Amino acid sequence: MKYLDEYRDERLFRTQLARLQQIAKHPWVLMEVCGGQTHTLVRYGIDELLPAGMEMVHGPGCPVCVTPVEIIDKAIALAERPETILVSYGDMMRVPGSKTDLLHVKALGGDVRMVYSPMDSIKIARENPTREVVFFGVGFETTAPANAMVAWQAKRLGLKNLSLLSSHVLVPPAVEMLLSSPSNRVQGLIAPGHVCAIMGTSEYEYLVNKYKVPIVIGGFEPVDLMEAIVMLAAQLEEGRAELENQYSRSVREDGNKKAQELIAEVFEVCDRKWRGLGEAPKSGMRLSEAYREFDAEIRFNLTDIKVDEPKECISALILQGLAKPKQCSAFGTRCTPESPLGAPMVSNEGACAAYYLYRRHSGEADEEAVSSGGGA
Amino acid sequence: MCLSIPGKLIEKSEADGILLGKVQFGGIVKGVCMDLLPEANVGEYVLVHVGYAITQIDAAEARQNYEYMEMAGMLEGELAGFPDDARPTKIDAEKIPHSGEAMPRDGESS
Repeated sequence: MKYLDEYRDERLFRTQLARLQQIAKHPWVLMEVCGGQTHTLVRYGIDELLPAGMEMVHGPGCPVCVTPVEIIDKAIALAERPETILVSYGDMMRVPGSKTDLLHVKALGGDVRMVYSPMDSIKIARENPTREVVFFGVGFETTAPANAMVAWQAKRLGLKNLSLLSSHVLVPPAVEMLLSSPSNRVQGLIAPGHVCAIMGTSEYEYLVNKYKVPIVIGGFEPVDLMEAIVMLAAQLEEGRAELENQYSRSVREDGNKKAQELIAEVFEVCDRKWRGLGEAPKSGMRLSEAYREFDAEIRFNLTDIKVDEPKECISALILQGLAKPKQCSAFGTRCTPESPLGAPMVSNEGACAAYYLYRRHSGEADEEAVSSGGGA
Repeated sequence: MCLSIPGKLIEKSEADGILLGKVQFGGIVKGVCMDLLPEANVGEYVLVHVGYAITQIDAAEARQNYEYMEMAGMLEGELAGFPDDARPTKIDAEKIPHSGEAMPRDGESS
């Protein structure tokens, strides 16, 4: 086995779909939490193959999408400083701040560098001892240990010219915010497999018990997702609400202890603002006291930058699963991946970009348009 | 952002106090950091996220799950007279990447 092709097998996918069609008798509303799962569902048209009435709504699990505008503006402010090298993931380059984005700053001469791994920022800092190197790292629990490693290594190696601008968010508080909302429609959840590979499964057990909603920890390939949907449908039809692990080949109950220890050492839980959703208590992480000296917001005195979000984008409704991208009046016209109004159109894992990329902008106005007026 | 890719660990080493590894993804070999997964052995499959191996893939668990899915499909097909009309209409073979095809999201950080 190579653990990839097998889970893209059409024949196996079809047998799972046939099982679903036999099991599912009701119009269940399910949510996939992670943007990577959204990408697969939309890419393969899986959400359009479900039995009549069953619906997938797309969750808030795209960290690029939920990074607040003011953090983007802080990254831009740093990138505009001549002494700074701003290092980040490719996804962050075109996320619109309040006035511009990092790619434009780079085009105007800012030293902005795209990297594949946070490890690269350590190399860049060592090669440029007279410059300030800032790693701009966002992410959920999956990416937190890799980003934490930047501060951990900077401290270990005594790198005084390396710091971290971070906007880390946590999945369980966001799920809890959705499930406790009076407007919640979600009856079953596919939990993010790679987040659980790091954190383990206990936080989701708690959510199942508290909200009596079935949760299946799911993988990212078409067969994985169809199997997770089958497992959720079976639970719902049988009146069960349990935590099940579809992605058992990669997710262990305890997660990755070493990664958890690193996160606990370098970060601490804090209140965090989510783009489109507003501030949620204890829903993010910042550098802990012992690593505060590597916090770019403090080092460069950026804590005062406060920005309101653009009004036209309905990302708040999309990130809560209350609207689909095609219901936005700007979708595919004033908002495209080349010229995005909001973050869900920027990241490939954003629901809007996935709908746009996979031909769901072709036209028929089959859903009622939604404006941003309702807000979150 | 949470995209992680499975690959086979083919070499382990250490440099400057950092555990490193070489992981084979199809025909490509990339250097990764093994600091978060020091217990992984050469020959095992690992999931790699932004240059870090984050978890081992449990081969026995994967095979058991795969066989269970195949068997469940066969059983239900036999019991129900596997329905031709239950076949999906919108998915087609071209959409499913073939073995050896470049991974569609390779190179993105997400």
